[in-house]
Amino acid sequence: MKLVAVTSCPTGIAHTYMAAEALEQAGRAAGHEVAVETQGAAGSMPLDPRVIAEADGVIYAADLEVKDKDRFVGKPFVDVGVKKAVHDAPGVIAAAVAAVGSGVVAPAAGPAAAPVTKVDANAGVGTRVRQWLMTGVSYMIPFVAAGGILIALSFMLAQLAWGDEGVVLVTEVPVDDLMTSFNVASLQDWAVLLFRTGGVAFAFLVPVLSGFIAYAIADRPGLVPGFVGGSVSMLVGAGFLGGLVTGFLAGFVALWISRWKVPKGVRGVMPVVVIPLLSSFVVGLVMFVIIGRPIASLMDGLSSWLNGLSGNNLVLLGLLLGAMMGFDLGGPINKVAYTFAVTGLATEGLDADATQYKIMAAVMAAGMVAPLAMALATVVRKKLFTHAERENGKAAWLLGASFISEGAIPFAAADPWRVIVSSVVGSSVTGGLVMAFGCTLRAPHGGIWVLPLISNPLGFILAIAVGVVVMAAIVIALKSAKPNPLVEAEQAADEQALVGQAA
Amino acid sequence: MTSPLITADLVAVDLVATDRDDATRQLIDLLAAAGRVTDADGFHADVRAREAQMATGMPGGIGLPHARSAHVTVPSLAVGKVPGGVDFGAPDGPATLVFLIAAPDSGDSAHLQILAALARRLVHESFRQSLKDAPDAATVAQIVTREVVPA
Repeated sequence: MKLVAVTSCPTGIAHTYMAAEALEQAGRAAGHEVAVETQGAAGSMPLDPRVIAEADGVIYAADLEVKDKDRFVGKPFVDVGVKKAVHDAPGVIAAAVAAVGSGVVAPAAGPAAAPVTKVDANAGVGTRVRQWLMTGVSYMIPFVAAGGILIALSFMLAQLAWGDEGVVLVTEVPVDDLMTSFNVASLQDWAVLLFRTGGVAFAFLVPVLSGFIAYAIADRPGLVPGFVGGSVSMLVGAGFLGGLVTGFLAGFVALWISRWKVPKGVRGVMPVVVIPLLSSFVVGLVMFVIIGRPIASLMDGLSSWLNGLSGNNLVLLGLLLGAMMGFDLGGPINKVAYTFAVTGLATEGLDADATQYKIMAAVMAAGMVAPLAMALATVVRKKLFTHAERENGKAAWLLGASFISEGAIPFAAADPWRVIVSSVVGSSVTGGLVMAFGCTLRAPHGGIWVLPLISNPLGFILAIAVGVVVMAAIVIALKSAKPNPLVEAEQAADEQALVGQAA
Repeated sequence: MTSPLITADLVAVDLVATDRDDATRQLIDLLAAAGRVTDADGFHADVRAREAQMATGMPGGIGLPHARSAHVTVPSLAVGKVPGGVDFGAPDGPATLVFLIAAPDSGDSAHLQILAALARRLVHESFRQSLKDAPDAATVAQIVTREVVPA
């Protein structure tokens, strides 16, 4: 029988290793293969994922929280504490063998949203980059789901509370009103509460993404510069692509500083003061001074170019705006297209079918494509996605329908170029079609909840459906062409777990 | 950085102790005298705190007080042979062999690897027996230095 074990103790210098040695010995004596991960003070060498996949059962001889316990989900286990393993290792081995026999399986508490913090140091560069990205993405997904669904619910409530213009009005209520005059009986107030809370959750998306990419690279020292960098990325309008940059930048800067050889007196304050201070400073400097300016001028340039374009071929403009909406999902280019549309709405004395209203319809429809298409792709081709992504796919239906493009960010952050390429094409098709169908829209957001404000709603929905199918098809084709090793590893583990349960 | 884990002056061959705290203290004094612990009282408090979490008595007559502490300059092992035995809370009786492990708080992992290797050796009956049979302090130090090699 093959077993894996994790040992740890409060001090991390004695029992951790004695338990490991005792378990290995007792296992060998009883004719089992035991591989132990010692989570002690000397740092732990993570178990090879292949060894975990092949293991029949797991032994937790740990007095501390087991790091990355989600790696062992779905396997029979015993949890005995470190002392028992030191004093009676043969008994522990026997208990583990019995557990495998009776099939007591580790609770599948969350293969779904379980953060993939494990980064295999021996993997190739490409795989490690993917693992870093997936770490950030898996921590971000709950924020996307929570924030997005709160906002979507708020839109639904707002339509009930105010009528057709609800999604516009709900965003215009000041936060102060919420605190000074919240009325439990007012549907409007509830809508505002949900909207504001969701907005706050959304403000964490990019910082969490960036922070946990840096964490995956540099461990704890990466957290502060990563979060700070993600926040700065939002401030300078660099969106989630900026957050990916800051995640990697913060991670490597923190890693580099943490490897400095420093005098003994300074060593104690390195993790608490020196590393967070210096790495945050570097990340802030780079983002504000070096990255911030080109982004600002890019946005200015694109805006004035768009303003020069309008009035010509509307279908072409729809294709272009759609492509921009799909490119960075809330990043600078997306924002230029969206702002262009929303500013148009403010023009005085517009006809019911004014170009400005058509532009708004095209922009909103295009912005709904990416999350919906990714949701569709996770249903049609489950095997191309990680557990976390599949869970996110479920929330993405609602987010996409509510014109919350952020629903697609986890997918795009995990696999930028494949998702962005397909998103640009699919969103562009939708943008062009909406223009061709001559749909108009008077609200700046709301998704399907503002359908009453859309002229030719059937055409609007058809345009979205076509774009969604196009994008889903492209992303599936691209992802199938080159399988993701992380997804394959997860599936191997799943199958192993199923076999283990059957036996 | 290249100091050995143990030297003959860190071994007490005929330790007489009233209780585990007393035995621990005598070994700490050896470490302090060798300059490996800067503040004997401070380190003693750290060891007591660890001992209070969970008794460190091991099967086979072993006591294993240990701590990571800011007062430790270099990873060290002090060994006391206690012919009369001293209780370390092990289920199978008093300890006749006491290992005091001292680890620096900020030790890098290369440093701590050696202690990990020591802990792994302690599990082996043959290793413990060879230390019990060793006639003098120099032999104890030699056996540890020979047997404990980082993986």
